[in-house]
Amino acid sequence: MEMRAIYADCLDKLMQEDKHVVLLDADLAKASGTIKLREKYYGTQIFDCGVAEQNMASIAAGLSSYGFKPWIESFTPFASRRICDQIAISIAYAKQNVKIVGTDPGISAELNGGTHMSMEDIGVLRSIPGLVIFEPVDGVQLKAAMPVLNEYPGAVYVRLFRKELPDVFPEDYQFDLFRADTLRTGKDLSIFVSGMLTKDTLEAAEALEAEGISCDVINIHTIKPIDREAVLASAGKTGAVLTVENHNVIGGLHSAVLETLAGEKIPVKAVGVQDRFGEVGKLPYLREVTGLTVENIIKTAKEAAALK
Amino acid sequence: MEQDLKKIALDIRCDVLRCIGNLGVGHIGGCLSVVELLTVLYFEEMNIDPNEPKKAGRDRFICSKGHAGPAVYATLSNRGYFDKKELLTLNRGGTNLPSHCDMNRTVGIDMTTGSLGQGFSCAVGVALGSKLEHDGATIYTLIGDGESQEGQIWEAAMFAASKKLDNLIAFTDYNKLQIDGTVEEVNGIAPLDEKWRAFGWNVIDVEDGNDIDEVRAAVKHAKLGIGSQKPTMVILNTKKGCGVKWIEDLGAGNHNTNLSAEQAEAAIRELRGEA
Repeated sequence: MEMRAIYADCLDKLMQEDKHVVLLDADLAKASGTIKLREKYYGTQIFDCGVAEQNMASIAAGLSSYGFKPWIESFTPFASRRICDQIAISIAYAKQNVKIVGTDPGISAELNGGTHMSMEDIGVLRSIPGLVIFEPVDGVQLKAAMPVLNEYPGAVYVRLFRKELPDVFPEDYQFDLFRADTLRTGKDLSIFVSGMLTKDTLEAAEALEAEGISCDVINIHTIKPIDREAVLASAGKTGAVLTVENHNVIGGLHSAVLETLAGEKIPVKAVGVQDRFGEVGKLPYLREVTGLTVENIIKTAKEAAALK
Repeated sequence: MEQDLKKIALDIRCDVLRCIGNLGVGHIGGCLSVVELLTVLYFEEMNIDPNEPKKAGRDRFICSKGHAGPAVYATLSNRGYFDKKELLTLNRGGTNLPSHCDMNRTVGIDMTTGSLGQGFSCAVGVALGSKLEHDGATIYTLIGDGESQEGQIWEAAMFAASKKLDNLIAFTDYNKLQIDGTVEEVNGIAPLDEKWRAFGWNVIDVEDGNDIDEVRAAVKHAKLGIGSQKPTMVILNTKKGCGVKWIEDLGAGNHNTNLSAEQAEAAIRELRGEA
């Protein structure tokens, strides 16, 4: 099942249960998978703001101040860098309860290309005080997270892969917004991974194990605030770190992990987008040109482990 | 009541001068230009209760030109929201009265504003919220003429008309001046009335937005627009720095300027006819 379908089903349930849950869109309801909810909620709980994302963000803040629980959605670049000031002031500074959903993160924008391929959204938003940044890795986690996000009384940026992702978590998964999830344990290397590359990282860890490098694989679903305890405990145990993310290596998970480990004498390597813009292409091509492949995770993991 | 409102406006204007003078610097021009509007709204038109500042279903005022915060604070304190002595803490470290409006710090402030254009969209969101709650509140908001250069204003204008938010009454403080010069020199917005009409709003033009009687009549007229399926824009032709000759004469220079306590007291004497 596609992530957007799970997202839409969850919103349906939340809106059904509480008429104060509202959804604002900026002409991308089809892409976000929420168009099907319009028959039930349009004009009462769903509103299309048209191609005007800044207005959408501040309207959501206004609705929040009136007791509503607004969700807003757009493609990742338009839900982050385009509305950065609105997120900072109308939403975060004003302490409003708005959930900001950015779809198609990083290279997953595929054929929309460089203009729509946000490699920097986490970096842009991470320095806004108090803003929570969450990136689900599969449908199980997304489904578990949606009601938690809805009830969380503050601003959250949700970095949502739209299409289908392989399951990482079992059906009985217990979600905690502020606790990272350990997916695999090892002793030689800690791999911290976010988003769509989690399954690939587990595959890489399997191959590394066969070559004698055993890895902790920890999913950092909430990049801010990062689970410092989990990062420090694992890195302290293994003594070497690799970060894996579908984002610029500047400003995202890699930076968050480095900040957490500042002062610790632990080597850290990164698999991520190397400070470049995106381009058009399908995922296999884009993975190759940005180095977001299982092979590159294995290669970089070995380099990181060798630095100990 | 008319005389009372004039007296109240005078008191508010004096308090604006006193609190900015006490600090030594501030956004004097754009505070003094909106005093009559604030007086009419807070002392005559708005359904509010200073003893219950967060009462559900109350009317709201969102000062999108957030730098007029001192004028709103002076109005709120005169209306009984907090002690007038607090006005003297304006912009001092740890104050509840920052230069730009902050709903999390100041009793009676309905929205955090200051990044121009955003408060107007927030007001549109509040108006939508009130419609969804069917609570009958009227949502008032104030934008600046310089602020009208922000694209977000026009995004919000379209949305409010498109969603038929006739419970929204907006005001433009059309004092024709902004920081770098006259609005028309910097980036002209005229003809403002035609723009708002073209965006689907009722438009009311007030010749002298610093005349209490004209503002009162305009707000009453604007309220007739509730039920018209259209939001209403009241264009207040105002004078930046209104009421103190030398401040008015600074022109664009009065946006954010120095004001000593002595100058403030002299200005207050001038306003009270004691000079």
